[in-house]
Amino acid sequence: MKKFKILLGASAIAVTGFFMVAADHIDAPAVAGGTSDITDFYAFQGQDSGNIAFVVNVQGLLSPTASGTAAFDENVLVEINIDTDGDAIQDLVIQAIPRDGKMYVFGPFASSSTSLNSTVNDTASRTVVDITPYGATAITATSTTGITAFAGPRDDPFFMDFAQYGEIIAGNATSFNNPGADTFAGSNVMSIIIEVPKAMIGGTGNINTWVETKSK
Amino acid sequence: MKNIKTIMFALLISGAAFNCSSDDDTAPTTTPTTEPTVEFSGTYSQDDQMARPAINTVFVDASAKNTFNTTVPSAQGAAFQSAFESRLLALNAGYTTNALGWNASTFTGALATDVLTVSLEGTTTFFDGTNVLTGRALADDVISVELLLIFGGPDGSENPQLTDDHVDANDKPFSSSFPYLASPW
Repeated sequence: MKKFKILLGASAIAVTGFFMVAADHIDAPAVAGGTSDITDFYAFQGQDSGNIAFVVNVQGLLSPTASGTAAFDENVLVEINIDTDGDAIQDLVIQAIPRDGKMYVFGPFASSSTSLNSTVNDTASRTVVDITPYGATAITATSTTGITAFAGPRDDPFFMDFAQYGEIIAGNATSFNNPGADTFAGSNVMSIIIEVPKAMIGGTGNINTWVETKSK
Repeated sequence: MKNIKTIMFALLISGAAFNCSSDDDTAPTTTPTTEPTVEFSGTYSQDDQMARPAINTVFVDASAKNTFNTTVPSAQGAAFQSAFESRLLALNAGYTTNALGWNASTFTGALATDVLTVSLEGTTTFFDGTNVLTGRALADDVISVELLLIFGGPDGSENPQLTDDHVDANDKPFSSSFPYLASPW
């Protein structure tokens, strides 16, 4: 029995370790476990090679049970920043914010503000999509400008053996296991997926991009 | 006759009054009803930010994680490169260069400015054996790439026990069409 308790204690430490080292899941005390906590950011060429798809995931580590009641926060603004000239200052911004069951996507519009504070630019061109409920078929919407959007719960696309990484960092192990165990298997995230014509974000060459969450 | 004038006047007034009330009833049709007014006012202040995977979690000291999230990328290099280099050498004391040929200073300088470079002209991948840092696709094994760059040495052969977590794919297949991510569990 005592041995079992020690094992339980060890696994609790391992779980803490994994919480501390996720991709960006629960990365910092101010956002850990909150509705503005970004878990991952992806940017890749879409099925239509003339488009780039941006994926922003927030509120990670949702169990299937928790996913049924999880919701985007109307007080959290998501901003995708796009730098087209290589100075790590954005030239274009896409904003996404939920209202009454819909995700409103504004832009991309020109902005080079380095302020940590933002207001919603609701005069920019908008794409509006119904937020897909848990368990429903994905609802998507495409604006006349060619931007396609989705918002709702999805399987967390991130994979890693976080538990073992935590053991290594803690000095309790010296190598990964083979095969490893995907610590994120079976968990969900809240996803915002926005596909944009390349012509609207610079057209040629490279962009630098990053995502921010801001709250009111 | 005077009575008739009074009655006519009264009818005119009531007619005008009726018209007024009628105008009130039709007034809403002159404003857009296709989309209800949605309120977006207010100032939103920064909570979190990220670009490349696992940068804040791996390279930033616990005491500075909130600060990293509220430092704009154009200021991150100056603020964090030195600390990132110390962290890299703490993780791998034997670090010389990595598979990209970058020494500790160059590597951490690139990492500290946390932006994701994306090509608008072809393959977009964190690393696919040929293309390096041209985007981040869903199936990219980004953690093994980062482990290889941190621990693998100049040709990727050093510390083999630490350069691959042996989780190489997601637990659900991705779709080739929008919205790409798998349905939730």
